Amino acid sequence: MLRNKTSETIEKTVREEWSQTLSALVYRIHDFQLAEDALQDAILSAWNSWPYSGIPKNPRAWLLQVAKRKAIDQIRRKESFAKKQSSIALLSELEQEQGEHRTDMEIPDERLRMIFTCCHPAIDKRSSVALTLRTVAGLETREIAKAFLTEESAMGQRLTRVKRKIRDAGIPYRVPPPHLWQERLEAVLSVLYFIFNEGYLASSGDGLLRSNLCLEAIRLARVLSKLSPDEPEVDGLLALMLLHDSRRPARTNKAGAMISLEDQDRSLWIRENIEEGDTILRRILPKRRIGPYQIQAAVSAVHAHAPDWKSTDWPQIAQLYRTLYQYSPSSVVRLNEAVAISMIQGPQAGLKLLQELEEQGTLEKYQPFYAAKADLLRQLNRYDEAERAYEIAISKSANPAEKDILRKRLQHLKKN
Amino acid sequence: MQYLLLIYSEESKSIQASDPRYPGLVEEHRALIKETTDKGILLGAEPLEPTSTATTVRVREEKIQTTDGPFAETKEQLAGYYLIECQNLDEAIEYAARIPNARSGSIEIRPLMKIPEPSN
Repeated sequence: MLRNKTSETIEKTVREEWSQTLSALVYRIHDFQLAEDALQDAILSAWNSWPYSGIPKNPRAWLLQVAKRKAIDQIRRKESFAKKQSSIALLSELEQEQGEHRTDMEIPDERLRMIFTCCHPAIDKRSSVALTLRTVAGLETREIAKAFLTEESAMGQRLTRVKRKIRDAGIPYRVPPPHLWQERLEAVLSVLYFIFNEGYLASSGDGLLRSNLCLEAIRLARVLSKLSPDEPEVDGLLALMLLHDSRRPARTNKAGAMISLEDQDRSLWIRENIEEGDTILRRILPKRRIGPYQIQAAVSAVHAHAPDWKSTDWPQIAQLYRTLYQYSPSSVVRLNEAVAISMIQGPQAGLKLLQELEEQGTLEKYQPFYAAKADLLRQLNRYDEAERAYEIAISKSANPAEKDILRKRLQHLKKN
Repeated sequence: MQYLLLIYSEESKSIQASDPRYPGLVEEHRALIKETTDKGILLGAEPLEPTSTATTVRVREEKIQTTDGPFAETKEQLAGYYLIECQNLDEAIEYAARIPNARSGSIEIRPLMKIPEPSN
């Protein structure tokens, strides 16, 4: 009984300390793979000794100390590697530190370096996502593979490749200097939002793992918000994800089928998430350093406070999409604005805007465009055209849950 | 670290000496070469003759095979290089972006491999 409790505590401690210890270790030895292997060895040592000695007062310092020792051993073992000037210097530096035998020291939080390095633009997005989840969120390779529906071995290879690229291409382990800050921050935010959307939008795969991805993305955004200087867009993304995630219990029915925002039971929305999102927005919007994540969060907040779809503050939503268009001028943003306008001025006005967008030809492959068009045609009682639009929308969707919703609307149409 | 900045551009669209834009382009390269030489970053930079002058060599089953032309026919061809010594990839990216050809073609950044010492 007692052993089980100890195991649980060790497991919890290791999980909590993983990211910060690894970040500090990479900072010391400049090599992701070596750092991870060394930390893995140190964790093994912890499992061997902590059940008898108890968990040390400062487990992070303990793990870091042991991991550094393991790293020294590994560098030494690689004879040819150790001949290089740089590794000799590193080795002697590490050994000197090791001689000081300090396990009570304060270890600086290096996770911000880690986040920026994992999300470097010279790394492809999917690899950034995987590496961030592995190193910053501390997920096991097996868990990441499962969440992205790939084989563990394939995910392992991806992670090995990206760690090698960081080392061999000389991607610096640092928080970017001011002249690169904005561009690099955008890359980080887009990786975090990608993780969130993988959990939020994709319908296949294990539901629990999926919602875990959303929670991990939120957790990572909290870390980023805590560690980075005052950046309203970081908090904007956090608010956006909290507000979106508040709808989680209402987004699927008991059978697991997706329910669109229009038809959700709003009493199921997670109130704490909405309140936190609101609080963040109230704090950051007055700073007047607006960006796309803050605007999208504001849209989500308007929905969060509407009693139902019809009585949503559509003029405000249309205005927010107009503002968003200035920051990210895309047809998708225009489409969202058109939907809001159709709620204010009626389906005819919305359809007119949609036709303008159709002429530009940029949304040809975009399922929501045809779904929106079909909905408007249906409201105008133009059933034949609506039917055709629904069929196109179904053919463009790669998401089974989305297809289900569209099929239901099509059937409903045919009944009438 | 040492990085090779490979300049890829479309040969058929390359600016000839008779083009009025040519002097400006040469001047831009010269200025970049001077700046990076003065900073001790540049190790070498050369333009290449067009791919029509290229020969590709392979050895297969101990026999040398030579073929006329570059390794791969793609839209853009290797047109020249800068060899630079930088702190890290970020610095290499910054210099790559300043090569005028980055605006019309592309620059591939390749770290130079350090050949490990034989261990025995």
